[in-house]
Amino acid sequence: MPTQTDQEIIDSLIANKIRFVTSVPCKQLSGVIELVERTDSLLHVPCNKEDEGMGLCAGAYLGGMQPCIIMQNTALGVVVNSLATLIQFYHFPLPMLISYRGEPGEKVACQVEMALHTKAILNQLHIPYYHFSEPAQVNRLSSILAHAQMSRKPVAILADAAFWSSAQ
Amino acid sequence: MIRYQLLEELVPVLQGQLVVCNIGSPSQELYALLDQPSNFYMLGTMGLCSSIGFGLALAQDKTVIAIDGDGSVLTNLATLSTIGNNRADNFILLIVDNGSYGSTGDQPTYAGDRTSLAKVAEACGCGNVVEVAASMTADALRSAIAAGEQTVIVAKCESGNVDVPVIELDPIVIAERFAAAVREPVSR
Ligand SMILES: [Mg+2]
Repeated sequence: MPTQTDQEIIDSLIANKIRFVTSVPCKQLSGVIELVERTDSLLHVPCNKEDEGMGLCAGAYLGGMQPCIIMQNTALGVVVNSLATLIQFYHFPLPMLISYRGEPGEKVACQVEMALHTKAILNQLHIPYYHFSEPAQVNRLSSILAHAQMSRKPVAILADAAFWSSAQ
Repeated sequence: MIRYQLLEELVPVLQGQLVVCNIGSPSQELYALLDQPSNFYMLGTMGLCSSIGFGLALAQDKTVIAIDGDGSVLTNLATLSTIGNNRADNFILLIVDNGSYGSTGDQPTYAGDRTSLAKVAEACGCGNVVEVAASMTADALRSAIAAGEQTVIVAKCESGNVDVPVIELDPIVIAERFAAAVREPVSR
């Protein structure tokens, strides 16, 4: 069931004229993905792997649609090349709404392994990240999306277990 | 017939079309044969040509021709299921299948052995999948453009590259002039 926070995320996407959304699911993202699918002004194209998703987003952007990718932080182990040689090299905006698994509250030990590398990978790529751990922080999302579009760069929103579990 | 000769025959068909072209030799050869603002050259990112072309086709109405290769399609095979399940009738995927990784020294790919990319595309749900000999590619592409239906063309050709210069265009220039070509009103 989508929460009010999920709806606020969708509202921020729409407010920033995002039209194209691709996603790879995560349990924590199920409500948002359900709303993306249901929202008429958003074209939702699920992808199989996040680097494929970045290709779709690059194409959609060239076609005049502002993109967004929704994925889990484990995907950062997949997309380094696509971020560096496609998104950053060609100067494409790409907000990444990321379910940040492996932080306190996590029940699956293996998720902690990629959590350890998440911010390090983003730092290495000079990608700004914004760590959301409480639902009230969603009010920053709109300005973060605008920042990605203005600067034509990837940005990461890392929304952790505490953020999703206390969302109403 | 090798890829360069195949592309040479495509020049009149590609003129004025939105073309997303695969990394390495395919883009360099196309750049030497027909440079136009409506060509998007991939300078890196092995495997994403089909996905970029498909995202572009979904986002706007003009016909998009993605010129991919067998090796790079194998790298990102699952995108065929994304293409097969999200129809965009303005999308044509042309896979130049020379059975080898051309840009890296013609090492063989599995597509040149027992793997059929046309059958994979069909199994992924893509409609209008045709496998053609290299010499029939221009005709197949002409028909696909005229049909206005999502089409996958697997063009079987020989392995081999010609000596052409690397693309010195700045990536931001490539993207900017391409996006402008996308926005240009259709005058036909
Ligand atoms: Mg090849």
